[in-house]
Amino acid sequence: MAIITVDGKDIEVRDDERLNVIQAADRAGVEIPFYCWHPGLSVVASCRMCLIETGQKNKETGKVDMLPKLVPACQTPAKDGTVVITNSEKVKANQRFVQEGLLLDHPVDCSICDQAGECWLQDYYFDYGHQQRRADIKPFTSRRRDLGEHVTLFVDRCVMCSRCVRFTREVSGGGELQVIDRGSHAEIDIFPGFPIDDKMSGNVNDLCPVGALCSQDFLYQQRVWFMQPHNSVCTRCSTGCSIQIHENQEHLYRVQPRYNPNVNDWWMCDIGRFENGYVHAPERINSVKRRNDSQWENLLWPQGLLAVASAWTEAALRHSSEKLAVVFSPFLTCEEAFLLASYAKQASPKARLVLGKVPIVDEDETFKKGFCIRAERCPNRRGIEAILSHFQPDAAVGWGDFIAQVESGAIRAAYVTGNYPEVWNDDAEAAKFEKLSLLIVHDLLPTPLARRAQFVVPGVTFAEKDGSYVNHAGLLQSASWGIRPLEGTQSDGQSFGQLLGRRGLFQAADVMQELAKVVPFFARAADGVPEAGLNLVSGTEKTPRTTELGTVTHPTPTFRSVASQLVEIDVQTA
Amino acid sequence: MAEFEPVLTANIHKPDSHTLRVYEQGGGYQAIRKVLGGMSPTDVVELVKASNLRGRGGAGFPCGMKWSFLPKDHPGPIYMCVNADESEPATFNNRILMEQDPHQVIEGIIIGCFATKASTAYIYIRYEYPTAFRRLQAAIDECYAAGLLGKNIQGSQFSLDIYLHRGAAAYICGEETGLIESLEGKRAWPRIKPPFPAIEGAFRKPTVVNNIETMACVPHIVNRGADWFKSMGVPSTGPRDAGSYGPKLYCISGHVEKPGCYEMPMGVTTRELVERYGGGVWKGRKGKASIPGGLSMGIMTEKEWDVPLDFAGPGKVGCLGLGTAAVTIMDETTSMIDFLHNSCRFYAHESCGQCTPCREGTSWAERIVHRIKAGKGRLKDLDILLDIASSIGIIPGTTICGLADGAAWPIKNAIAKFRGEFEDDIKRTNPTGWMVEEAVEALELVGLGTGH
Repeated sequence: MAIITVDGKDIEVRDDERLNVIQAADRAGVEIPFYCWHPGLSVVASCRMCLIETGQKNKETGKVDMLPKLVPACQTPAKDGTVVITNSEKVKANQRFVQEGLLLDHPVDCSICDQAGECWLQDYYFDYGHQQRRADIKPFTSRRRDLGEHVTLFVDRCVMCSRCVRFTREVSGGGELQVIDRGSHAEIDIFPGFPIDDKMSGNVNDLCPVGALCSQDFLYQQRVWFMQPHNSVCTRCSTGCSIQIHENQEHLYRVQPRYNPNVNDWWMCDIGRFENGYVHAPERINSVKRRNDSQWENLLWPQGLLAVASAWTEAALRHSSEKLAVVFSPFLTCEEAFLLASYAKQASPKARLVLGKVPIVDEDETFKKGFCIRAERCPNRRGIEAILSHFQPDAAVGWGDFIAQVESGAIRAAYVTGNYPEVWNDDAEAAKFEKLSLLIVHDLLPTPLARRAQFVVPGVTFAEKDGSYVNHAGLLQSASWGIRPLEGTQSDGQSFGQLLGRRGLFQAADVMQELAKVVPFFARAADGVPEAGLNLVSGTEKTPRTTELGTVTHPTPTFRSVASQLVEIDVQTA
Repeated sequence: MAEFEPVLTANIHKPDSHTLRVYEQGGGYQAIRKVLGGMSPTDVVELVKASNLRGRGGAGFPCGMKWSFLPKDHPGPIYMCVNADESEPATFNNRILMEQDPHQVIEGIIIGCFATKASTAYIYIRYEYPTAFRRLQAAIDECYAAGLLGKNIQGSQFSLDIYLHRGAAAYICGEETGLIESLEGKRAWPRIKPPFPAIEGAFRKPTVVNNIETMACVPHIVNRGADWFKSMGVPSTGPRDAGSYGPKLYCISGHVEKPGCYEMPMGVTTRELVERYGGGVWKGRKGKASIPGGLSMGIMTEKEWDVPLDFAGPGKVGCLGLGTAAVTIMDETTSMIDFLHNSCRFYAHESCGQCTPCREGTSWAERIVHRIKAGKGRLKDLDILLDIASSIGIIPGTTICGLADGAAWPIKNAIAKFRGEFEDDIKRTNPTGWMVEEAVEALELVGLGTGH
């Protein structure tokens, strides 16, 4: 154990943690402001905002030898006996000077800046800046240039922390961004004709502590203080990045990565971040529908589901239940799959349980520091497989086998779940379902297969439901809903629960407890799923301190608590 | 004082002084034979340590001590970088050595590399020195041909390659870690320390960075001994002062009759330099101020010209140090506002832009002084300038490298020593605006208001 003294308060740090003084102070509840440091990037110590006074305490005499100069907290390791002073006049004077310097040429166009509200320059200026501007410089220009499909740069807002440059060099490996020119003329730029266009480019927008790098996708869409964050899990590949979805009034505006050392660290890819248009796609299926010849009839809840259930029971009676199949999409959560599988076994005990189509796109794309976009573009294949093999231990059935059996007539009725973010089948594939006497399609988008169905049940997207996913490495993570299901739909867990005859609202946590009891693979989840997940395969995972969790925008908890204190003070004075 | 016999510049007035033939006729490359003939690297380091040779590049760090910081028995390569990026304003002593006597420099480098067990040396030469570049390259080629460089020099086990690297003209490349970054082909942003270059420098290997003039002193120390070296110059006066020994090249420029580079023992005074070598202040005028050793070191008034120019002297009158010993004289007609404007403009232009205080501070100071010069100054500006100057640099600890200290010192000294002149000028040029305290009102008065 190492003992570090921060502003007179002793804290203990494990020897193997290798913290710097910013992190150590954070544990002591002391905020040290910084711009250029980021736990996922190399240390450059160039913003000079985190300068503190430090010294070493002599173990025997108890005497403290202070260094005469200010030193960067980001570069100072927190070793046993380190003494840190963060609130002396010398430290504060430097913080004021740095803030003043950064604002010399800053356009202060907060009123039109996307970052306003989560801007470090703004927040720090209230806490550490001068009260009055001494400079008489009038910079107010706001040059903007696009650096890539997703990244736009407001040149004069930049504070030259060089986080984005280091990110492209150290994490994504593309090295597209660089600093051009010198001194106060220095700017971030790309080589002409070589935009930042890899699949991790969106992260530089998160990394930017000010409004210099903005997301083209989110630009001028929503003020950040109107949005509510919800912890979720990305469903676009089997990596299963921890994310936050930011919504306001049932509209999903932004997706940001959430720190998780077991999965994605601080990053996520542009597919998961930007390709969320399907959540609000106008063509989404929005009620239970029954086809009468070529006419579609909209059914109300819950009569629609009752009609589906009775059609299924009737098919089970007519064909004997082994000619029935239920297809589990790898986009279903574990809880939903468990309910659906329970229903299938209850209503049609010998029905075949099929793992739905697993979309594979190209090959795994691994970036310099190990972040990987998996070729398997679905979140929960492993979880579904685990549940299916519990309910149907003998023979696993895949999508290809299922199609062959449908074509041969071995299967006469099918309940197919989809929920894929894009149209996932075509007319040719749908035509193979010709011989079925009953086809129920549970999906988001009106695919060719859905048009052939007798019943269509609306599904919901990841943003609209609670549930858990098991990623490629066997890590179980829970997501919570951010927006309410599209009008006319209800969450999939609710639907499957109703098919099963359960009353009341679907509670994912309760179903997970039940699942943990029934299916041994999920046994570890009996006491709930922590924020950083549970590895069901290896049985061990990193558990970061709760204070370390959060998005890249606000990496330290103290930062957030200071911001919330500010709000409280405002309320009191008002 | 007995007439001083030049040491470093002994050869430079001979015809073809830059060739191997002339250098060897003058006794050159004897030190190498002595070193390779029976001294161990440790012997050489100890000798240089005993001589108290301090770096001539500006910081004055004891050379032998720097060498001894290298890790002992390092398995991989050790590099030597020779800093010939002589970009401090008004400094040209390295240039004389490289252009007129390059072999002396190379001999010093070979001995230095032998002492530090470096197998490769890089000479980082500034872009603006084409003649020096050509002559150094020619001298290196001559040495390879004569078996003084390359594999197994003079039949010994010691091998050395010297590469000449031409910079692209930036002041910051004179900072040792900026130089290493530039040498590696990167942007010359000085590195954070630790690790110091002696542990992890060029190409992440232990590296020693020395100045050209420092290296030129080394052969003479080997030839004539540490005691001879210490017989010249000024002994130490305090516990932290390592003493200022040996010959030194002083550059005199500015308002003197005979500007140039003159060799003298360490510790002459500015007045002696101006009167004896510079031919006095030009045009029969009186002196007003001088820069003791490159612009970064600050400014001395004429009254302070009797301070010896050794490593400790300029510090006693509020300057930063001896620096490169490049003395610039300003006569009585010089405006300090012009001086400060020029100085601030230089540092704002040359700040690398890495650390916020330096990047923004130098640029802000430039704009303030520019406004004062344009007749829109306020008395308050002087205090803001002083605040900027005291907030930037490695002395308060707010930057990575020392460039900001160099930017701050001329501001501090000029305002401290010539405050009256600044105040008079502001009151004269801006009679209505100088007294206003509030920035916003002052701007309205001087016609820079926002107008709404």
